[in-house]
Amino acid sequence: MDITIPILILAIPLFMFIFLGLAGVKMSHKLAGTLGTLGMGTVLVLSYYTAFTYYFSGNPLFIDGTDRLQYEVFNVTWLQFTDFLSIKLGFLLDPISAMMLIVIPTISFMVHVYSLGYMHGEKGFQRYYAFLSLFSFSMLGLVVATNIFQMYIFWELVGASSFLLIGFFYTLPSAVSACKKAFIVTRFADLGFLLGILILSFYTKQLDFLPMTQNPQGVFASFGGATFMGASVLTWALVLIFTGGMGKSAMLPLHIWLPDAMEGPTPVSALIHAATMVVAGVYLVARLFPLYMLENAALMFITVVGAVTAFYAAIVACTQIDIKRILAFSTISQIAFMMVSLGVAAHNNEAIHHGLGFMASMFHLFTHAMFKALLFLGAGALIHAVHSNNYTAMGGLRKYMPITHITFLIGCLAIAGIFPFAGFWSKDEILVACFENHWFWGAWMMMVAAMTAFYMFRMYYLVFWWDNPDYEQRVKDLEAHGHHGALPHDPGFAMAFPLVFLALVSTVAGLIPFGQLVTFDGHEYIAHINWPVACSSVGIAVISILFARHLYINKNDNPKAMADKVRWLWEAAHHRFYWDEIYLFITRRIIFDGICKPIAWFDRHIIDGTMNGLAYITNQASIAIKGFQSGKVQMYIWWYLIGAVVLGIITAVCIL
Amino acid sequence: MDITLIWYLVPALVMFCCGVYGFLMRRNMIAMLISLELMLNAVDINFVVFNRYLYPGSMEGWMFTLFGIAIAAAETALAIAIIINLFRVSKNIDVRDTTKMKY
Repeated sequence: MDITIPILILAIPLFMFIFLGLAGVKMSHKLAGTLGTLGMGTVLVLSYYTAFTYYFSGNPLFIDGTDRLQYEVFNVTWLQFTDFLSIKLGFLLDPISAMMLIVIPTISFMVHVYSLGYMHGEKGFQRYYAFLSLFSFSMLGLVVATNIFQMYIFWELVGASSFLLIGFFYTLPSAVSACKKAFIVTRFADLGFLLGILILSFYTKQLDFLPMTQNPQGVFASFGGATFMGASVLTWALVLIFTGGMGKSAMLPLHIWLPDAMEGPTPVSALIHAATMVVAGVYLVARLFPLYMLENAALMFITVVGAVTAFYAAIVACTQIDIKRILAFSTISQIAFMMVSLGVAAHNNEAIHHGLGFMASMFHLFTHAMFKALLFLGAGALIHAVHSNNYTAMGGLRKYMPITHITFLIGCLAIAGIFPFAGFWSKDEILVACFENHWFWGAWMMMVAAMTAFYMFRMYYLVFWWDNPDYEQRVKDLEAHGHHGALPHDPGFAMAFPLVFLALVSTVAGLIPFGQLVTFDGHEYIAHINWPVACSSVGIAVISILFARHLYINKNDNPKAMADKVRWLWEAAHHRFYWDEIYLFITRRIIFDGICKPIAWFDRHIIDGTMNGLAYITNQASIAIKGFQSGKVQMYIWWYLIGAVVLGIITAVCIL
Repeated sequence: MDITLIWYLVPALVMFCCGVYGFLMRRNMIAMLISLELMLNAVDINFVVFNRYLYPGSMEGWMFTLFGIAIAAAETALAIAIIINLFRVSKNIDVRDTTKMKY
């Protein structure tokens, strides 16, 4: 396969970043936005071409009968350290990277288009497009990485671009603290990732994915049964690598940065914090899945973390007021779905097709990217219209924003898993995979799925139905005075087009024969609808939706009364179960007060004190003897002469 | 009567001591400069003589002498320039009166 197109896929966004970053200030907003969008559009076409070539060309490089193959388009050595340790940069095509080559440019392009309307007239518009290009470059580089170190490099780059974009409104203190928080929390998690990479490469003597994933038994053998603290070293390495994924994908207990990351512009939340970057953790586990398959302990860990996170985030999402926060917690919960699906894909029972969980996870990643980006962009349109993030400022908006209403409803139906929208198909596969592993995980995740439907439709009804007398009054006022400017209204074409497009995708994406395209071992997998699971999941989703409808369709006091009955629980969930407070306590009271302050005292008084003392002594000594420099030249010569004579006498005495 | 090394060294030593004395005792800067030249020339004589008598095959002493002469010329030009400027400012080249050049 020609390497020009893969190189261009990476080079165009990088060039756009450098070009817009350096020359952007000289451009008009319109030119910068158009250039960035055109660049991303080109990448979109090229990536689609590459992915479709991979899936459908029938080229023997990519497919053997019905088995999909992994293919390195190029892989060049970048840094050679020792004979077997080198860092390479390359472009790997396999089912999951080709899938991401569709997801990332699609969402990124939609966000580029959407931002033309959403960010219109913002200060730093060109900088915004430069950062978007940087992010697209980093994310594409991450998914096509041929080795774990390349992945790590781009992993850090997406973290950096996420930091830059969250802090885009850098004059707001909340945005500044949010971007710092996101950066520090994910960096903390990446420490585990790096340790995992080092352990893995120390034993296997390589960093490339292909030798590792095609011969997992060899990797297993290279560890030679080494154990550490009761678990095998391979398990430790895999769990540490997963820690990096936990940070990036906002799994408990490292989820605290994601809700705060909503301080960034809403299209950024759609692109980075819903569709692409936060699923990098899932992608990482999927990439190394053949290794995880060998270690049931690591998979069990992933399952438990995912299941707890999914439940936790779903509860919290039920009590939030800020619609972006609701969507953020929903994202956490849905990513946890993907994690659980990977976790339960272990083959502890030979009768199970162990690839199902993997396929379901990737399928959900794909559909979730589409409908969650849609929901975020819809939320952006709402925020754009009412200038507030809180649903308390909304209500009854269906009358004023019909396009947003319909597309948002499609997004909600998709995430709730209603037939035939995209989320139904992928979530159904996940639930089947969970039930095949153990009925407990199946029941647990089905409960979370029901909660998903509830909190999404709670938000939907609160935003679009729940009567807001303020707006009614405003309508009357406006009609009385005869102008309609100040009412919330649907966005313009630039913002409406991505909404409609993504709504269409969310409607039909479930019909993609995913099992034939993306599976764990490349073998074709024919997915069958598991009727009991499908019917029951749709059934409880519908019940949850009806419950939400009953509570929130009209303005009433029932929700408040319900919350009052379990006030302590509601308050705890509203405050996200005090995770931020716990972190603040640990960092402030224990780490800062207990460790950092004594060290700072030591630094200030002992180390600085020594240096300052030396400087003081030198200073005083110089003041004491500076009288010698009298300005009388001949006195200097006398001193010099006397010194020379004395030294000469001493030398003579010593020699003789 | 052979002219030995000592015949050269004694006048050079006398020249050098005169230079030291003049440099320490004269108050006129031009006179100090002349004393300085005396010292340098004494050292130059020493270089040449030691080279001629002790290492007749080598050239280092002569080279250093030439080097010393060049440096002396440069230094004299610099010193005279400084002295002339001092004179323009204060109409006085007594070294005891120029005590301001210090910390």
